[in-house]
Amino acid sequence: MEVFSFLADGIFLALQPVNLALILIGVTVGLFIGAMPGLGSVNGVAILLPITFLVPPASAIIFLAAIYYGAMYGGAISSVTLGIPGASTAVATTFDGRPLALQGRASLALVTAALASFVGGTVATVFFTLFAPLLASVALNFGPPEIFALMLLAFATFVGLGGDDIPKTIFSICFGLVLATVGFDTISGAPRLVLFDIQGFVRGIGFIVLAIGVYGIGEMLWTLEQTRGEITTTNPKMTAKGLASDAKEAVQRGWKGTWIGSILGFFVGVLPAAGATPGSLMSYGVAKIISKTPHEYGNGSPDGVAAPEAANNSASTGAMLPMLTLGIPGSPTTAILLGGMVIWGLTPGPRLFLDESEFVWGLIGSFYVSNVAAVLINLAFIPLFVWMLRMPFTILAPLIVVLSIIGGFAASRSMHDLWMIVIFGLGAFFLRKFDYPLAPAVLAIVLGPIAEPTLRQSLLLSSGDPSIFFTRPIAGPITVIAIILILLPALKLLRRNGRVS
Amino acid sequence: MKLSKRNFLGLTLATALTALPLIALADGWQPKRPIDFTIMAGAGGGADQIARFVQSVVDANDMTNRPLVPTNRGGGSGAEALLHLKDARDPDHTIMVTLNSFYTTPIRQEALNVNIESFTPLTMMGVDPFVLWVHKNSGITTFEQYVEKVKSMNGEYVMGGTGAGQEDSIVIAYMSGAYGLDIKYIPYDGGGAVAKDLAGQQIMATVNNPAEAKGFYEAGEFVPLLAFSDERMGAYPNVPTMKEKGHDFSYYNQRAIVGAPGMSDQAAAYYRDIFGKVYEGDEWQGYLKSESLSPLPMDEATTRKYWATQVENHRQLLSEIEN
Repeated sequence: MEVFSFLADGIFLALQPVNLALILIGVTVGLFIGAMPGLGSVNGVAILLPITFLVPPASAIIFLAAIYYGAMYGGAISSVTLGIPGASTAVATTFDGRPLALQGRASLALVTAALASFVGGTVATVFFTLFAPLLASVALNFGPPEIFALMLLAFATFVGLGGDDIPKTIFSICFGLVLATVGFDTISGAPRLVLFDIQGFVRGIGFIVLAIGVYGIGEMLWTLEQTRGEITTTNPKMTAKGLASDAKEAVQRGWKGTWIGSILGFFVGVLPAAGATPGSLMSYGVAKIISKTPHEYGNGSPDGVAAPEAANNSASTGAMLPMLTLGIPGSPTTAILLGGMVIWGLTPGPRLFLDESEFVWGLIGSFYVSNVAAVLINLAFIPLFVWMLRMPFTILAPLIVVLSIIGGFAASRSMHDLWMIVIFGLGAFFLRKFDYPLAPAVLAIVLGPIAEPTLRQSLLLSSGDPSIFFTRPIAGPITVIAIILILLPALKLLRRNGRVS
Repeated sequence: MKLSKRNFLGLTLATALTALPLIALADGWQPKRPIDFTIMAGAGGGADQIARFVQSVVDANDMTNRPLVPTNRGGGSGAEALLHLKDARDPDHTIMVTLNSFYTTPIRQEALNVNIESFTPLTMMGVDPFVLWVHKNSGITTFEQYVEKVKSMNGEYVMGGTGAGQEDSIVIAYMSGAYGLDIKYIPYDGGGAVAKDLAGQQIMATVNNPAEAKGFYEAGEFVPLLAFSDERMGAYPNVPTMKEKGHDFSYYNQRAIVGAPGMSDQAAAYYRDIFGKVYEGDEWQGYLKSESLSPLPMDEATTRKYWATQVENHRQLLSEIEN
């Protein structure tokens, strides 16, 4: 088949010494950038973009894609070891990764994350190789009503994640949604909720600010208060033998989540505007819903680590598709890659596959190679990250706070954001004391800015008629499934009550 | 040779001088720390592409002794960037890439208290024209057919754009006024998203910069109907202009580099020299051509006059939209 000969050429191109060296450097750099709380693939790619001017375009994009991949692997590291999601794509990884680390099984969580990422990335690349042009046209069918239906589905899948206290979960979601509306409004073109006329709010409240505040500062305060200095540090040991047995356990207990994440993540990632974060959240939610042991989720289930990690890698590959075939970035990072391609003199869009096939297939080939490189490099560094956890808590705690502050500042270089991080940290500490789940708020601030404009665009399209979400061939079924998922807990409750009476 | 103190000093100085890039000798002022290169828009858009392109050219040719550090400050339709420059603590090391929100945002948000005429003009890199696009499946090939179609749909004709008060909405508002069109306008958060939804036929027409629509045009998906430039564009010789249709209207997105208010004359001269060289270089000239930007070089005094006219024009255009 033609595809395979193109692919073979592409892999061959990616294996040339210069490109291979760039892949290895890119993956390693990306891994560490991703592991820093606050810094994600966006920052890595943006910082290193000018360097790529020195090499030919095919090598340049291979390098940037390798950083992107490395950062996706790295995001799990701070989620597991520090409990702070390094990027929005790794939020769901903290749900089970952190409990595993607290049980002294950080190495299991990290190995699971690495292997799941590898499978996710590879599965997505295979889909990409076989169906790229077809999927691009599917992506075009997703207008505002379809994207909103998808966001509704994402909310539906995590409505149950906050625990049993549904009113508190709903409060948390609403709180996040309100925070998400702060700043400039796309639809009306006016600033909203600029509190106390502080101009810093015009820019809105970013995910990074809330996540670092909640997980970096708030969680740290809470741990300090809970333990009053008597920290029992777990003493995870790391040997080659341990690594092998962890790998075996990761495969046994995480394969289901991995497959769900790989497939779901890819399809969500392909849709422009959605990106890897909704993909990883939905995969976590779906994995929990169809699991036979849902109570394990949130208490350290390897499936719960595998699903979002497989999904975020799979979705990152998926997000490359609309970028290359339509010239539309599916995520902030691909937006910068897109800028890079213009700089290199390429026109992303429907003709790219025909006009620049060497470039495209070199890139696809590099996905395969980068994935192998990333999983090996990641596994090699796991002992280092686990060793970090052996530091006494009295050293680790200030270190996390300092990393949080640096990461928060580096992302936006704004003092306003630092104050917000501190305020959110204190707020999160008190909410936590009153048993409010905070993850839903963090998720809402990621999904809100996608859901709100698409809802309003859809209603503008239909002149205010909400039936637009039910009558369109793609939006309709998604909306119905989302509504069923939202109502499911209520139905279960009703049935249980009915049986009792 | 005995290494006397004087010899040693001379040697050190000589080494230091040769180590400096040649440009350093051209005039006295040199950046002392990394240069804050603020971008007035989010990642991936036109202004962002240009900023990163310029940074790459500067980097690749080693033109500055301190790096340009691009930072996206697109919040509040550029308000964030404008405030950042206005309150810059170090105006000699703070520069910005602009688009037309440079004019519109201070007018629309008076509370910001930003007077752009206090900013320091550096280099006008070019202006980006606007074009009216439809999807090929609509069957529309001329502007006249388009006008007829919009009128026949009685307010149900859907166009997308980047929001009220943004560049494309000004163009659409003018066009609607001139031809009595009733258009349903859906705001998006960037020109790329608008182009994608035209490709998917979620919307029926757009006013996009050529750079944003080029990929779809080359694939035969998009049909250009009308250009809002002063003259026909080189890359689209068969597309008539609004002026040819008898309306004295043209509209461009400004792609300029400006300095913070209060920048010293020496620093401004330094940046003008650097970006002037970027402008004349083959890389930038190639970019102008491939992305259909029009050159519009002007010196400092002309730029100031140009800004004053643009502010006046935008004030009028925006008041027409709002009424």
